[in-house]
Amino acid sequence: MIKFNQVYKRYPGGHEALKNLSFDIEEGEMVYLTGHSGAGKSTLLKLVAAIERPSSGGVLVKGQNIRSIKPAAIPALRRNIGLIFQDHKLLFDRNAFDNVMLPLQICGFDHRESAKRVRAALDKVGLLDREKANPIALSGGEQQRLCIARAIVNRPTILLADEPTGNLDTEYATEIMNIFKSFHQVGVTLLISTHDEGILRQFPARALHLKKGALQA
Amino acid sequence: MRTLLEHLRVLRFTLQRLLLTPNATLLNILIIGIALSLPVGGYVLLKSVQTLGSKIAGTPQISVFLATGTGAGDIERIGDRLKQHARIKRIEFVSREVALKKLQHSTGLSDVIGGLSQNPLPDAFVAYPRAGDAAALEALRDELKSWQRIEHVQLDSAWVHKLEALLDFGRVAVIILAALLSFALVAITFNTIRLQILTRREEIEVAKLIGATDAFIRRPFLYFGFTQGLLGGATAWLLISASLFLLNHTLTGLTQLYASDFSLQGLSSGDSFALLAFSAYLGWLGAWFSVSQHLWQIEPR
Repeated sequence: MIKFNQVYKRYPGGHEALKNLSFDIEEGEMVYLTGHSGAGKSTLLKLVAAIERPSSGGVLVKGQNIRSIKPAAIPALRRNIGLIFQDHKLLFDRNAFDNVMLPLQICGFDHRESAKRVRAALDKVGLLDREKANPIALSGGEQQRLCIARAIVNRPTILLADEPTGNLDTEYATEIMNIFKSFHQVGVTLLISTHDEGILRQFPARALHLKKGALQA
Repeated sequence: MRTLLEHLRVLRFTLQRLLLTPNATLLNILIIGIALSLPVGGYVLLKSVQTLGSKIAGTPQISVFLATGTGAGDIERIGDRLKQHARIKRIEFVSREVALKKLQHSTGLSDVIGGLSQNPLPDAFVAYPRAGDAAALEALRDELKSWQRIEHVQLDSAWVHKLEALLDFGRVAVIILAALLSFALVAITFNTIRLQILTRREEIEVAKLIGATDAFIRRPFLYFGFTQGLLGGATAWLLISASLFLLNHTLTGLTQLYASDFSLQGLSSGDSFALLAFSAYLGWLGAWFSVSQHLWQIEPR
Protein backbone atom coordinates (compact mmCIF):
# COMPACT_ATOMS: atom_id res chain seq x y z
CA MET A 1 0.00 0.00 0.00
CA ILE A 2 2.77 2.41 1.07
CA LYS A 3 6.34 1.59 0.13
CA PHE A 4 9.45 3.67 0.88
CA ASN A 5 12.70 2.71 -0.80
CA GLN A 6 15.92 4.54 0.22
CA VAL A 7 14.10 7.82 0.56
CA TYR A 8 15.98 11.05 1.27
CA LYS A 9 14.43 14.46 1.76
CA ARG A 10 16.68 17.50 1.78
CA TYR A 11 15.41 21.05 2.07
CA PRO A 12 17.04 24.00 0.38
CA GLY A 13 19.79 25.12 2.74
CA GLY A 14 21.07 21.60 3.23
CA HIS A 15 18.87 20.42 6.09
CA GLU A 16 18.33 16.68 5.70
CA ALA A 17 14.87 15.86 7.08
CA LEU A 18 14.76 12.19 6.08
CA LYS A 19 17.71 9.84 5.58
CA ASN A 20 17.66 6.54 3.75
CA LEU A 21 14.16 5.40 4.72
CA SER A 22 12.98 2.00 3.55
CA PHE A 23 9.82 0.29 4.79
CA ASP A 24 6.56 -1.29 3.67
CA ILE A 25 3.05 -0.83 4.98
CA GLU A 26 0.58 -3.52 3.93
CA GLU A 27 -3.03 -2.91 3.03
CA GLY A 28 -5.21 -2.77 6.15
CA GLU A 29 -2.24 -2.37 8.48
CA MET A 30 -2.15 0.10 11.37
CA VAL A 31 1.31 1.61 11.93
CA TYR A 32 2.59 4.21 14.39
CA LEU A 33 5.19 6.75 13.52
CA THR A 34 7.08 7.77 16.63
CA GLY A 35 9.95 10.06 17.49
CA HIS A 36 10.66 13.48 18.96
CA SER A 37 9.36 16.58 17.30
CA GLY A 38 11.74 17.46 14.49
CA ALA A 39 12.55 13.79 13.87
CA GLY A 40 10.81 13.97 10.45
CA LYS A 41 7.39 12.48 11.21
CA SER A 42 5.44 15.30 9.53
CA THR A 43 7.78 15.31 6.54
CA LEU A 44 7.22 11.58 6.06
CA LEU A 45 3.43 12.01 6.13
CA LYS A 46 3.70 14.88 3.64
CA LEU A 47 5.55 12.62 1.23
CA VAL A 48 2.75 10.03 1.40
CA ALA A 49 0.12 12.71 0.65
CA ALA A 50 2.24 14.18 -2.16
CA ILE A 51 2.42 17.52 -0.37
CA GLU A 52 6.19 17.24 -0.72
CA ARG A 53 8.31 15.15 -3.06
CA PRO A 54 11.33 13.08 -2.03
CA SER A 55 14.78 14.38 -3.03
CA SER A 56 15.79 10.87 -3.98
CA GLY A 57 14.49 7.32 -3.59
CA GLY A 58 11.04 5.93 -4.33
CA VAL A 59 7.79 6.56 -2.50
CA LEU A 60 4.99 4.32 -3.80
CA VAL A 61 1.43 5.00 -2.61
CA LYS A 62 -1.22 2.72 -4.07
CA GLY A 63 1.23 1.94 -6.86
CA GLN A 64 1.87 5.60 -7.74
CA ASN A 65 5.38 6.99 -7.54
CA ILE A 66 5.20 10.29 -5.63
CA ARG A 67 8.55 11.40 -6.96
CA SER A 68 7.32 11.53 -10.53
CA ILE A 69 3.54 11.96 -10.10
CA LYS A 70 2.00 14.53 -12.44
CA PRO A 71 0.31 17.50 -10.70
CA ALA A 72 -2.95 16.61 -12.44
CA ALA A 73 -2.92 13.14 -10.84
CA ILE A 74 -2.49 14.44 -7.27
CA PRO A 75 -6.20 15.26 -6.60
CA ALA A 76 -7.27 11.69 -7.44
CA LEU A 77 -4.57 10.31 -5.14
CA ARG A 78 -5.58 12.60 -2.26
CA ARG A 79 -9.23 11.61 -2.54
CA ASN A 80 -8.09 8.15 -1.51
CA ILE A 81 -6.21 9.48 1.50
CA GLY A 82 -7.91 10.90 4.58
CA LEU A 83 -5.71 13.56 6.19
CA ILE A 84 -5.99 14.41 9.88
CA PHE A 85 -3.97 17.39 11.02
CA GLN A 86 -2.77 18.39 14.44
CA ASP A 87 -4.04 21.92 13.81
CA HIS A 88 -7.30 20.53 12.32
CA LYS A 89 -7.38 22.96 9.35
CA LEU A 90 -11.12 23.46 9.74
CA LEU A 91 -12.88 26.32 7.97
CA PHE A 92 -14.47 28.80 10.36
CA ASP A 93 -16.67 30.46 7.73
CA ARG A 94 -19.10 27.51 7.72
CA ASN A 95 -20.70 25.15 10.21
CA ALA A 96 -19.58 21.64 11.13
CA PHE A 97 -21.88 20.01 8.61
CA ASP A 98 -20.51 22.07 5.70
CA ASN A 99 -16.93 21.40 6.77
CA VAL A 100 -17.53 17.68 6.45
CA MET A 101 -19.45 18.27 3.22
CA LEU A 102 -16.43 19.82 1.46
CA PRO A 103 -14.70 16.58 0.32
CA LEU A 104 -17.97 15.33 -1.16
CA GLN A 105 -18.55 18.61 -3.00
CA ILE A 106 -15.07 18.31 -4.42
CA CYS A 107 -15.89 14.85 -5.71
CA GLY A 108 -19.19 16.12 -7.13
CA PHE A 109 -21.56 13.96 -5.10
CA ASP A 110 -25.30 14.35 -5.35
CA HIS A 111 -26.53 16.58 -2.55
CA ARG A 112 -28.97 14.19 -0.89
CA GLU A 113 -26.51 11.29 -0.95
CA SER A 114 -23.82 13.60 0.49
CA ALA A 115 -26.05 14.77 3.34
CA LYS A 116 -26.60 11.14 4.36
CA ARG A 117 -22.88 10.44 4.30
CA VAL A 118 -22.02 13.59 6.23
CA ARG A 119 -24.48 12.65 9.00
CA ALA A 120 -23.08 9.11 9.10
CA ALA A 121 -19.54 10.48 9.48
CA LEU A 122 -20.61 12.96 12.17
CA ASP A 123 -22.42 10.15 13.97
CA LYS A 124 -19.29 8.01 13.84
CA VAL A 125 -17.26 10.66 15.70
CA GLY A 126 -20.16 11.54 18.05
CA LEU A 127 -20.86 15.03 16.71
CA LEU A 128 -24.24 14.47 15.10
CA ASP A 129 -25.94 16.89 17.52
CA ARG A 130 -23.38 19.62 16.74
CA GLU A 131 -23.78 19.74 12.96
CA LYS A 132 -25.03 23.35 13.00
CA ALA A 133 -22.22 24.58 15.27
CA ASN A 134 -19.36 26.66 13.96
CA PRO A 135 -16.08 24.80 14.52
CA ILE A 136 -14.79 27.75 16.54
CA ALA A 137 -17.45 26.97 19.16
CA LEU A 138 -16.22 23.38 19.53
CA SER A 139 -13.69 22.17 22.11
CA GLY A 140 -10.22 20.98 21.05
CA GLY A 141 -11.30 17.33 21.20
CA GLU A 142 -14.46 18.06 19.23
CA GLN A 143 -12.49 19.95 16.58
CA GLN A 144 -10.16 16.97 16.23
CA ARG A 145 -13.14 14.65 15.85
CA LEU A 146 -14.66 16.98 13.25
CA CYS A 147 -11.37 16.85 11.35
CA ILE A 148 -11.57 13.03 11.46
CA ALA A 149 -15.16 13.11 10.20
CA ARG A 150 -14.03 15.23 7.25
CA ALA A 151 -11.16 12.81 6.55
CA ILE A 152 -13.37 9.69 6.51
CA VAL A 153 -16.55 11.00 4.85
CA ASN A 154 -15.10 10.17 1.46
CA ARG A 155 -14.35 6.60 2.60
CA PRO A 156 -10.62 6.69 1.84
CA THR A 157 -8.51 3.53 1.91
CA ILE A 158 -5.62 5.24 3.70
CA LEU A 159 -5.81 7.48 6.78
CA LEU A 160 -2.85 9.65 7.73
CA ALA A 161 -2.96 11.32 11.15
CA ASP A 162 -0.35 13.80 12.32
CA GLU A 163 -0.28 13.89 16.15
CA PRO A 164 -4.07 13.43 16.36
CA THR A 165 -4.00 13.29 20.16
CA GLY A 166 -1.24 15.88 20.55
CA ASN A 167 -3.11 18.53 22.49
CA LEU A 168 -5.75 16.34 24.15
CA ASP A 169 -6.01 14.89 27.61
CA THR A 170 -6.06 11.11 28.07
CA GLU A 171 -9.81 10.69 28.06
CA TYR A 172 -10.26 12.47 24.71
CA ALA A 173 -7.19 10.76 23.29
CA THR A 174 -8.61 7.32 24.13
CA GLU A 175 -11.90 8.29 22.51
CA ILE A 176 -10.13 9.24 19.29
CA MET A 177 -7.95 6.13 19.28
CA ASN A 178 -11.10 4.02 19.64
CA ILE A 179 -12.45 5.69 16.51
CA PHE A 180 -9.21 4.86 14.65
CA LYS A 181 -9.37 1.27 15.90
CA SER A 182 -12.85 0.90 14.40
CA PHE A 183 -11.51 2.07 11.01
CA HIS A 184 -8.66 -0.41 11.29
CA GLN A 185 -11.22 -3.15 11.87
CA VAL A 186 -13.00 -2.36 8.58
CA GLY A 187 -9.76 -2.61 6.61
CA VAL A 188 -8.52 0.98 6.36
CA THR A 189 -4.74 1.42 6.25
CA LEU A 190 -3.67 3.77 9.07
CA LEU A 191 -0.44 5.67 9.62
CA ILE A 192 -0.53 7.64 12.87
CA SER A 193 2.28 9.83 14.09
CA THR A 194 2.46 10.25 17.87
CA HIS A 195 4.84 10.69 20.75
CA ASP A 196 2.23 9.63 23.31
CA GLU A 197 3.64 6.55 25.14
CA GLY A 198 0.31 5.89 26.86
CA ILE A 199 -1.43 5.40 23.56
CA LEU A 200 1.24 3.04 22.29
CA ARG A 201 0.73 0.86 25.35
CA GLN A 202 -3.07 1.03 25.28
CA PHE A 203 -3.43 0.32 21.54
CA PRO A 204 -0.39 -1.75 20.56
CA ALA A 205 0.65 -1.95 16.88
CA ARG A 206 3.81 -1.88 14.75
CA ALA A 207 5.80 1.33 15.25
CA LEU A 208 8.31 3.03 12.97
CA HIS A 209 10.68 5.00 15.19
CA LEU A 210 12.38 8.01 13.63
CA LYS A 211 15.47 9.66 15.05
CA LYS A 212 16.94 12.69 13.31
CA GLY A 213 15.35 11.61 10.05
CA ALA A 214 16.58 8.03 10.13
CA LEU A 215 14.70 4.85 10.94
CA GLN A 216 15.65 3.15 14.26
CA ALA A 217 15.42 -0.60 14.52
CA MET B 1 -26.31 15.79 -14.74
CA ARG B 2 -23.76 15.76 -11.96
CA THR B 3 -21.72 18.51 -13.61
CA LEU B 4 -24.87 20.55 -14.23
CA LEU B 5 -25.76 20.34 -10.54
CA GLU B 6 -22.22 21.29 -9.65
CA HIS B 7 -22.40 24.36 -11.90
CA LEU B 8 -25.74 25.36 -10.40
CA ARG B 9 -24.27 24.99 -6.93
CA VAL B 10 -21.32 27.23 -7.85
CA LEU B 11 -23.66 29.78 -9.43
CA ARG B 12 -25.77 29.94 -6.26
CA PHE B 13 -22.61 30.21 -4.20
CA THR B 14 -21.37 33.07 -6.42
CA LEU B 15 -24.61 35.03 -6.04
CA GLN B 16 -24.47 34.54 -2.28
CA ARG B 17 -20.94 35.88 -2.26
CA LEU B 18 -21.95 38.91 -4.33
CA LEU B 19 -24.74 39.66 -1.84
CA LEU B 20 -22.43 39.14 1.11
CA THR B 21 -20.65 42.44 0.41
CA PRO B 22 -23.42 44.47 -1.24
CA ASN B 23 -21.60 47.83 -1.17
CA ALA B 24 -18.38 46.60 -2.73
CA THR B 25 -20.36 44.59 -5.28
CA LEU B 26 -22.56 47.54 -6.22
CA LEU B 27 -19.57 49.85 -6.56
CA ASN B 28 -17.68 47.40 -8.76
CA ILE B 29 -20.67 46.81 -10.99
CA LEU B 30 -21.30 50.54 -11.28
CA ILE B 31 -17.67 51.25 -12.22
CA ILE B 32 -17.78 48.55 -14.87
CA GLY B 33 -21.16 49.81 -16.10
CA ILE B 34 -19.99 53.41 -16.46
CA ALA B 35 -16.73 52.38 -18.10
CA LEU B 36 -18.62 50.32 -20.66
CA SER B 37 -21.35 52.88 -21.27
CA LEU B 38 -18.85 55.46 -22.59
CA PRO B 39 -17.75 53.60 -25.74
CA VAL B 40 -21.19 52.06 -26.20
CA GLY B 41 -22.78 55.51 -25.95
CA GLY B 42 -20.32 56.79 -28.54
CA TYR B 43 -21.22 53.87 -30.77
CA VAL B 44 -24.94 54.65 -30.45
CA LEU B 45 -24.41 58.31 -31.37
CA LEU B 46 -22.25 57.40 -34.36
CA LYS B 47 -24.80 54.91 -35.59
CA SER B 48 -27.63 57.45 -35.40
CA VAL B 49 -25.65 60.09 -37.26
CA GLN B 50 -24.59 57.50 -39.82
CA THR B 51 -28.17 56.47 -40.58
CA LEU B 52 -29.07 60.13 -40.91
CA GLY B 53 -26.20 60.55 -43.36
CA SER B 54 -27.05 57.48 -45.42
CA LYS B 55 -30.74 58.44 -45.52
CA ILE B 56 -29.78 61.66 -47.30
CA ALA B 57 -26.90 60.22 -49.22
CA GLY B 58 -28.93 57.19 -50.26
CA THR B 59 -29.77 58.89 -53.57
CA PRO B 60 -26.89 61.07 -54.63
CA GLN B 61 -27.92 63.90 -56.95
CA ILE B 62 -26.07 65.89 -59.53
CA SER B 63 -27.45 69.34 -60.28
CA VAL B 64 -26.60 70.46 -63.79
CA PHE B 65 -27.03 74.24 -64.25
CA LEU B 66 -27.28 75.48 -67.83
CA ALA B 67 -25.81 78.75 -69.05
CA THR B 68 -28.31 81.62 -68.96
CA GLY B 69 -29.92 82.22 -72.27
CA THR B 70 -29.82 78.61 -73.41
CA GLY B 71 -32.58 78.07 -75.97
CA ALA B 72 -35.37 75.48 -75.74
CA GLY B 73 -33.74 73.38 -78.50
CA ASP B 74 -30.44 73.20 -76.67
CA ILE B 75 -32.22 72.30 -73.42
CA GLU B 76 -34.01 69.43 -75.14
CA ARG B 77 -30.76 68.22 -76.75
CA ILE B 78 -28.88 68.26 -73.41
CA GLY B 79 -31.83 66.50 -71.75
CA ASP B 80 -31.75 63.71 -74.32
CA ARG B 81 -28.01 63.34 -73.95
CA LEU B 82 -28.28 63.08 -70.17
CA LYS B 83 -31.11 60.54 -70.48
CA GLN B 84 -29.05 58.34 -72.78
CA HIS B 85 -25.96 58.52 -70.60
CA ALA B 86 -25.03 55.05 -69.35
CA ARG B 87 -24.24 56.27 -65.81
CA ILE B 88 -27.46 58.20 -65.26
CA LYS B 89 -30.62 56.48 -64.15
CA ARG B 90 -33.11 59.26 -64.58
CA ILE B 91 -33.33 63.03 -64.80
CA GLU B 92 -35.65 65.80 -63.77
CA PHE B 93 -35.92 69.16 -65.48
CA VAL B 94 -36.30 72.24 -63.27
CA SER B 95 -37.04 75.29 -65.36
CA ARG B 96 -35.90 78.68 -64.10
CA GLU B 97 -39.53 79.70 -63.48
CA VAL B 98 -40.24 76.65 -61.36
CA ALA B 99 -36.97 77.16 -59.45
CA LEU B 100 -37.90 80.76 -58.66
CA LYS B 101 -41.32 79.72 -57.38
CA LYS B 102 -39.76 77.02 -55.19
CA LEU B 103 -37.33 79.55 -53.82
CA GLN B 104 -40.13 81.96 -53.02
CA HIS B 105 -42.08 79.29 -51.17
CA SER B 106 -39.31 77.66 -49.28
CA THR B 107 -37.28 80.60 -48.05
CA GLY B 108 -39.88 83.20 -47.16
CA LEU B 109 -37.97 85.72 -49.22
CA SER B 110 -40.97 86.29 -51.46
CA ASP B 111 -40.89 90.06 -50.93
CA VAL B 112 -37.26 90.35 -51.93
CA ILE B 113 -37.66 88.03 -54.90
CA GLY B 114 -40.87 89.69 -55.96
CA GLY B 115 -38.90 92.92 -56.18
CA LEU B 116 -36.44 91.54 -58.71
CA SER B 117 -36.86 92.91 -62.19
CA GLN B 118 -35.79 89.66 -63.82
CA ASN B 119 -35.34 86.01 -62.83
CA PRO B 120 -31.64 85.47 -61.92
CA LEU B 121 -31.88 81.68 -61.85
CA PRO B 122 -30.72 79.37 -64.66
CA ASP B 123 -32.55 76.35 -66.07
CA ALA B 124 -31.30 73.14 -64.48
CA PHE B 125 -31.43 69.38 -64.66
CA VAL B 126 -31.31 67.19 -61.60
CA ALA B 127 -29.63 63.90 -62.58
CA TYR B 128 -29.82 60.77 -60.46
CA PRO B 129 -26.76 58.67 -61.25
CA ARG B 130 -26.62 54.90 -61.06
CA ALA B 131 -24.93 53.47 -57.98
CA GLY B 132 -21.24 54.17 -57.85
CA ASP B 133 -18.55 55.21 -55.42
CA ALA B 134 -17.41 58.75 -54.78
CA ALA B 135 -14.67 58.63 -57.43
CA ALA B 136 -17.13 57.49 -60.12
CA LEU B 137 -19.50 60.32 -59.22
CA GLU B 138 -16.70 62.86 -59.42
CA ALA B 139 -15.63 61.53 -62.83
CA LEU B 140 -19.23 61.90 -64.02
CA ARG B 141 -19.35 65.46 -62.69
CA ASP B 142 -16.14 66.37 -64.53
CA GLU B 143 -17.45 64.82 -67.73
CA LEU B 144 -20.72 66.81 -67.60
CA LYS B 145 -18.82 69.99 -66.85
CA SER B 146 -17.03 69.73 -70.20
CA TRP B 147 -20.28 69.71 -72.18
CA GLN B 148 -21.35 72.77 -74.18
CA ARG B 149 -23.87 75.19 -72.63
CA ILE B 150 -23.40 73.76 -69.16
CA GLU B 151 -22.36 76.43 -66.73
CA HIS B 152 -21.94 74.52 -63.47
CA VAL B 153 -22.25 70.98 -62.15
CA GLN B 154 -22.89 70.43 -58.44
CA LEU B 155 -22.36 67.06 -56.81
CA ASP B 156 -24.85 67.16 -53.95
CA SER B 157 -23.41 64.28 -52.02
CA ALA B 158 -19.99 65.85 -51.48
CA TRP B 159 -20.76 66.82 -47.90
CA VAL B 160 -21.86 63.27 -47.15
CA HIS B 161 -18.37 62.11 -47.96
CA LYS B 162 -16.98 64.67 -45.59
CA LEU B 163 -19.39 63.42 -42.95
CA GLU B 164 -18.34 59.87 -43.73
CA ALA B 165 -14.70 60.80 -43.15
CA LEU B 166 -15.65 62.47 -39.88
CA LEU B 167 -17.57 59.37 -38.82
CA ASP B 168 -14.54 57.23 -39.60
CA PHE B 169 -12.55 59.42 -37.27
CA GLY B 170 -15.23 59.03 -34.59
CA ARG B 171 -15.30 55.29 -35.10
CA VAL B 172 -11.56 54.98 -34.50
CA ALA B 173 -11.90 57.14 -31.38
CA VAL B 174 -14.68 54.88 -30.06
CA ILE B 175 -12.62 51.76 -30.77
CA ILE B 176 -9.63 53.17 -28.89
CA LEU B 177 -11.89 54.15 -25.99
CA ALA B 178 -13.49 50.70 -25.98
CA ALA B 179 -10.11 48.98 -25.98
CA LEU B 180 -8.79 51.08 -23.09
CA LEU B 181 -11.90 50.68 -20.97
CA SER B 182 -12.09 46.94 -21.71
CA PHE B 183 -8.60 46.73 -20.34
CA ALA B 184 -9.76 48.66 -17.26
CA LEU B 185 -12.61 46.19 -16.81
CA VAL B 186 -10.21 43.26 -16.95
CA ALA B 187 -7.96 45.03 -14.43
CA ILE B 188 -10.86 45.70 -12.03
CA THR B 189 -11.89 42.05 -12.10
CA PHE B 190 -8.28 40.95 -11.78
CA ASN B 191 -7.91 42.93 -8.58
CA THR B 192 -11.26 41.90 -7.08
CA ILE B 193 -10.43 38.24 -7.62
CA ARG B 194 -6.91 38.72 -6.28
CA LEU B 195 -8.34 40.04 -3.00
CA GLN B 196 -10.82 37.18 -2.86
CA ILE B 197 -8.11 34.61 -3.37
CA LEU B 198 -6.04 36.16 -0.59
CA THR B 199 -8.94 36.19 1.88
CA ARG B 200 -9.88 32.62 1.00
CA ARG B 201 -6.35 31.32 1.08
CA GLU B 202 -7.07 28.89 3.90
CA GLU B 203 -10.07 27.39 2.16
CA ILE B 204 -8.11 26.93 -1.06
CA GLU B 205 -5.29 25.25 0.83
CA VAL B 206 -7.66 22.85 2.61
CA ALA B 207 -9.50 22.09 -0.63
CA LYS B 208 -6.20 21.20 -2.30
CA LEU B 209 -5.30 18.91 0.60
CA ILE B 210 -8.63 17.14 0.34
CA GLY B 211 -8.13 16.46 -3.35
CA ALA B 212 -9.77 19.34 -5.17
CA THR B 213 -8.74 19.69 -8.80
CA ASP B 214 -7.53 23.05 -10.07
CA ALA B 215 -10.72 23.32 -12.11
CA PHE B 216 -12.83 22.94 -8.97
CA ILE B 217 -10.90 25.67 -7.16
CA ARG B 218 -10.89 27.97 -10.19
CA ARG B 219 -14.59 27.62 -10.99
CA PRO B 220 -16.15 29.88 -8.32
CA PHE B 221 -13.70 32.67 -9.14
CA LEU B 222 -14.39 32.42 -12.86
CA TYR B 223 -18.11 32.45 -12.17
CA PHE B 224 -17.67 35.50 -9.99
CA GLY B 225 -15.78 37.38 -12.71
CA PHE B 226 -18.32 36.32 -15.32
CA THR B 227 -21.32 37.35 -13.22
CA GLN B 228 -19.76 40.67 -12.22
CA GLY B 229 -18.96 41.44 -15.85
CA LEU B 230 -22.46 40.47 -16.93
CA LEU B 231 -24.08 42.68 -14.28
CA GLY B 232 -21.71 45.50 -15.28
CA GLY B 233 -22.82 45.07 -18.90
CA ALA B 234 -26.47 45.14 -17.82
CA THR B 235 -25.77 48.34 -15.87
CA ALA B 236 -24.19 49.90 -18.96
CA TRP B 237 -27.26 48.88 -20.97
CA LEU B 238 -29.56 50.54 -18.43
CA LEU B 239 -27.43 53.70 -18.34
CA ILE B 240 -27.47 53.96 -22.13
CA SER B 241 -31.20 53.27 -22.42
CA ALA B 242 -32.03 55.83 -19.71
CA SER B 243 -29.75 58.45 -21.29
CA LEU B 244 -31.26 57.85 -24.75
CA PHE B 245 -34.75 58.17 -23.33
CA LEU B 246 -33.89 61.53 -21.78
CA LEU B 247 -31.98 62.75 -24.85
CA ASN B 248 -34.71 61.73 -27.27
CA HIS B 249 -37.28 63.44 -25.09
CA THR B 250 -35.49 66.79 -25.41
CA LEU B 251 -34.52 66.05 -29.01
CA THR B 252 -38.16 65.80 -30.08
CA GLY B 253 -38.67 69.49 -29.30
CA LEU B 254 -35.52 70.39 -31.20
CA THR B 255 -36.20 68.30 -34.31
CA GLN B 256 -39.77 69.54 -34.57
CA LEU B 257 -38.36 73.03 -35.06
CA TYR B 258 -36.33 71.72 -37.99
CA ALA B 259 -39.18 69.51 -39.31
CA SER B 260 -36.96 66.47 -39.04
CA ASP B 261 -37.74 63.03 -37.68
CA PHE B 262 -34.18 62.50 -36.46
CA SER B 263 -33.92 60.55 -33.22
CA LEU B 264 -31.19 58.61 -31.45
CA GLN B 265 -31.65 54.90 -31.98
CA GLY B 266 -31.45 52.61 -28.99
CA LEU B 267 -29.37 49.46 -28.90
CA SER B 268 -30.75 46.73 -31.12
CA SER B 269 -31.28 43.32 -29.57
CA GLY B 270 -28.16 42.09 -31.37
CA ASP B 271 -26.11 45.00 -30.00
CA SER B 272 -27.51 44.42 -26.51
CA PHE B 273 -26.62 40.77 -26.63
CA ALA B 274 -23.13 41.58 -27.90
CA LEU B 275 -22.66 44.10 -25.07
CA LEU B 276 -23.70 41.60 -22.39
CA ALA B 277 -21.68 38.77 -23.90
CA PHE B 278 -18.58 40.94 -24.27
CA SER B 279 -18.73 42.34 -20.72
CA ALA B 280 -19.30 38.86 -19.27
CA TYR B 281 -16.36 37.58 -21.32
CA LEU B 282 -14.09 40.38 -20.11
CA GLY B 283 -15.05 39.67 -16.49
CA TRP B 284 -14.31 36.01 -17.02
CA LEU B 285 -10.99 36.89 -18.65
CA GLY B 286 -9.93 39.13 -15.76
CA ALA B 287 -10.80 36.39 -13.28
CA TRP B 288 -8.93 33.83 -15.36
CA PHE B 289 -5.77 35.95 -15.46
CA SER B 290 -6.01 36.57 -11.74
CA VAL B 291 -6.60 32.94 -10.84
CA SER B 292 -3.80 31.61 -13.01
CA GLN B 293 -1.53 34.29 -11.62
CA HIS B 294 -2.26 33.74 -7.92
CA LEU B 295 -3.56 30.23 -7.40
CA TRP B 296 -0.32 28.37 -7.95
CA GLN B 297 1.24 30.44 -5.15
CA ILE B 298 -1.08 28.76 -2.67
CA GLU B 299 0.32 25.30 -2.17
CA PRO B 300 -0.33 23.41 1.04
CA ARG B 301 2.68 22.93 3.28
